[in-house]
Parts: sequence; C-alpha cells; structure tokens
Amino acid sequence: MDVRSGPSATEAHAVIKGVTRVFRLPSGAALHALGPIDLELKRGEFFAVVGPSGCGKSTLLDVLAGLAAPTEGTAMFEGKPIAGVPDGVGVVFQEDASFPWLTVEDNVAFGLRRAGVDAAETKRRVDYAIGFMGLRDFAGAYPSQLSGGMRQRVCIARTLVLQPRLILLDEPFGALDQQTRLLMGDELLRLWRETSATVLLITHALDEAAMLSDRVGVMSARPGMFIDFVETGWERDRDSRVVSKPHFGEITARLWNKLRSETMKIMGVADRAPDAARKSA
Amino acid sequence: MKPDAWIRLLVVAAFIGAIELLCRTGVIPYAVMIPPSEMVVELVAILRSGEMTVDIAATFGNVVVATLIVVVLGFVAGLAIHAAPWLRLSVEPLLASYYSVPTFMFYPVFIVLFGIGSAPIIAIAVLLAIVAMITATLNGLDRIPNVLRKTARIHRMSRVSTALLVELPAAAPYLFTGVKLAVAYCFIGVIASEFILSGSGLGYEIAYAYNNFENRKMYALMLLVLASVTLVNMVLNTIDNRLQARQRR
Repeated sequence: MDVRSGPSATEAHAVIKGVTRVFRLPSGAALHALGPIDLELKRGEFFAVVGPSGCGKSTLLDVLAGLAAPTEGTAMFEGKPIAGVPDGVGVVFQEDASFPWLTVEDNVAFGLRRAGVDAAETKRRVDYAIGFMGLRDFAGAYPSQLSGGMRQRVCIARTLVLQPRLILLDEPFGALDQQTRLLMGDELLRLWRETSATVLLITHALDEAAMLSDRVGVMSARPGMFIDFVETGWERDRDSRVVSKPHFGEITARLWNKLRSETMKIMGVADRAPDAARKSA
Repeated sequence: MKPDAWIRLLVVAAFIGAIELLCRTGVIPYAVMIPPSEMVVELVAILRSGEMTVDIAATFGNVVVATLIVVVLGFVAGLAIHAAPWLRLSVEPLLASYYSVPTFMFYPVFIVLFGIGSAPIIAIAVLLAIVAMITATLNGLDRIPNVLRKTARIHRMSRVSTALLVELPAAAPYLFTGVKLAVAYCFIGVIASEFILSGSGLGYEIAYAYNNFENRKMYALMLLVLASVTLVNMVLNTIDNRLQARQRR
C-alpha cells in the first residue's frame, strides 16, 4: 500500500458524538434512521461515506450542514456546536439546485451578493470559479441551456466562491454518466487540493469513494452506523487514473465485502454466495 | 417565424378570406354579417370620431381593475390555502368543481349589493377569474423544488428573503399562467356583464347596436374586442414562453 501523504494536519475539524436521528412518521410510529454514530473529520481530509440505500447517509450530511438537529448526541464544527447552518459550510446536493431564472454568472454570484461582498471582489471570485469549472463560454447562459453535468458544475462553483472550509457533497454526480463522473471527480480533487477544505462526500458509487477519498466510512443498513473505516492511502496529488492501479481494486473489494451483507439486509434476501467466496471475504 | 406559425397565420387568413368572399357574393346576407374588410373600415371611422372613447376606457379600466384584484387576492388566498394543509384538504374539492357554477346567475345579487356601475361588473369578473389564480398559485408553490429551499437555508436566508428571492421566482412561470387566465376571464366577465347590467362599455354598445339593427357598428366593435384580446394574449404568451423556457430542466 502507498504511504499516505495526505493533509498533514490532524486537528479535528468536524466532530459527531453519539448522534442519532429518529423521525416521527405520520402514523405516529418512530423511525430510527441514524446512529448512534461517532465521526471525526480531520482538517483538510477528504472523507467519503458509502452505505446501502436508506441507511441515513443524507441524514448524516443534514446534521453536519445544520439542516437537521440530532435527536441525541452532539455535532460540532470548528469547536462550536452546530445549531443552524454554520458559517464556512458549503453543500452541493444531488438534485439540480441551480436557479433557473438566473444566468450562470448570477447563479455563481448569488451567495456572494447575499453576503454583501463588494462588486469587484464578487466579479474576481466568480470569474475564477467559472473558469475553474470550465464554464467561461457559458457565463451568460441560463441553466436550461446547459447539460446536467454543467448545471452541477454551476452548483459546485456557487459553493466554491464562498470559500467554505467544510464542503458537504450529497451524491453530487449521481445523475451523471460514468465518464462525466470520473472527470467531475478530477475537478473535485483539484478543487480540494487548491482550497485545502475538508470534504465529506456521500456516494452510492464504491469506485467514486475509493478514487476520491483519503478515508471511506462504510455504513450499515438502517439505523445507519459506521461498520468500517477504510484508509485509501492515496497521495494528495491524485486523479482518476488511480482506477488503473491494483490498489484501487483492493479498496473497492474491501468496501463491497463490507457492504454486501448490509445491502442484502435492506433487500431482504439471504446470502447465497459460494462458501469459498464467503471465506475469502 | 417558424413553419407552424406560418401555417396558423394561413389558416386564419383563409378563414377571413372565406367569410369576405361569402359576404361579398351574398351567400351570407348583408343583414346577417358585413364583410370583414368593412368591419375594419367602420372600426377605423369609430375610433377616429372618438364617439366610443368613453366606452373603450370604461371596459378596459374595468378589466385592469378586475385583473389587479384577482391577481392580488388570488395569490394571497393561494398562499393561505397552501400554508394550511387542513384548509386545502377541505377547500380543494370546491375549487375543482367551481367552474361548473354559472357565475352570471348571481348578477341580481351584485346589483343589490353594489348598485349599477362598474362595481358589480368588476365583482362578477373577479368571481369568474379568481379561482384560476388561486389554482395557479397552489400549483406554482407545489412545484418549487425542495432542493431550492434547502439551498436558501444553506445560504442562511431569512424566511422573507427565501420567499422573495427563491420561492417567488421559482413559482413565477406558474403564477404567470394564472395571470394569463385571469386576464382572459376578466375580459369575458367584464364584457359579458356589460351586456346585462351596464349603461356603458363595449359590451353595452355591442348589445345596443344589435338591438337597433346597427350591424356595421356592432361588428366593428366585436372586431375591436377580438383584436384587443388577441394583442393582449400575444404579449402575455411571449412573456409566458420566455419564463417557461428558462424553467425547463
């Protein structure tokens, strides 16, 4: 395994302790969606979360983003308890969150204008983000004139200009084809290297988690809890070409071995894998 | 212009041409209908003389006032119904069956309540149009993607900022459909009411001309109403198409 030479800082940037999330259903019954869960994100770390559908991955992100309060436990960002959306946190959602009535340029500038950043600084940051995301030729276009991948880049640029210290990504490439996802992954890695932000990526794609992150947390079926943490050991200066390395296959295999039985629990099917395969897993 | 627009124009032109021909050859007697070209000549003469200016102003004034009331009241009522799910549950079936009620039958009630003049005319137009605006508002609010509201929260926007800067523009295309329908219903409501409970306005003048066998005047005024609603609709459709095109994902 490669020697990990990722972010040198080991300071805890975001911490979750004993967090649970219980939803009250319309019938009055309680649905235990998450936890209890513990997680410590180091400053500058790229952390991915994988887990079976409905295991509470997005709920975990909502707690960190301050969009949902935990039922039990505490969530902290930069040493302060999370109550409401904290300053310095940016979120990119799976769904297209671009504003259809604004041009690409105005979409990207939206948060800066809201924050009262002066016009010259706004223009400088917007120009940089638009260029960084390869949208320079489409600055005056409306989202309806762009492809799904380009619209997602608009959303990433809108988050990027605010210079968040913690970037939360909820399956941001879920709606994209495999090639576009790989290339968007490269752009995300470039963004992460340049900003030194801490990144938490929720994904259902094991290859995406294995390729992009320093560390992958594997979650169990509902109520979601971490059942394994996998250190990928990649260099900080990496891109999508790591998929050709044998180590990439090892990481993906380990993630799948952990996830397989959890996914089967969700589907309600018994494990019918041959004995030999079960032993090797 | 796109090919389908040319075809549409051709169909309308052919229809007008056919009416012109049937009138000129006497298949349609002059006492029944005058040729469209004469309608235009008569309309220009009426507009030049200024004899109808007061009536035209009264009708369009009533339409504008009724539309403004419908848009504001309909939007506010839509917001209130959307905000209270229990209210929506009980009111929605009534809204769905609303247009089965012949609104005009209430005209004696409005005369008793508001007297003669613009007030009962505006009241009937509002009654006719308001549910279309309420329904459009509900539809617009329903269709705001939840992810846009979440984005507003991530930007730490207040409830008012979220409503004005995110929800309103996101719902705008659907709200505008309501405005479009409100204008159309208000035109119908105002002109039809003028036929039965007014002493002025285009509807009254058309009915008056009809009762006095003034065919030329009657058709000229009908043409004026048709041309006006067509023009207003074209403008509204252009805006609507632009809004809808931006909303497409």
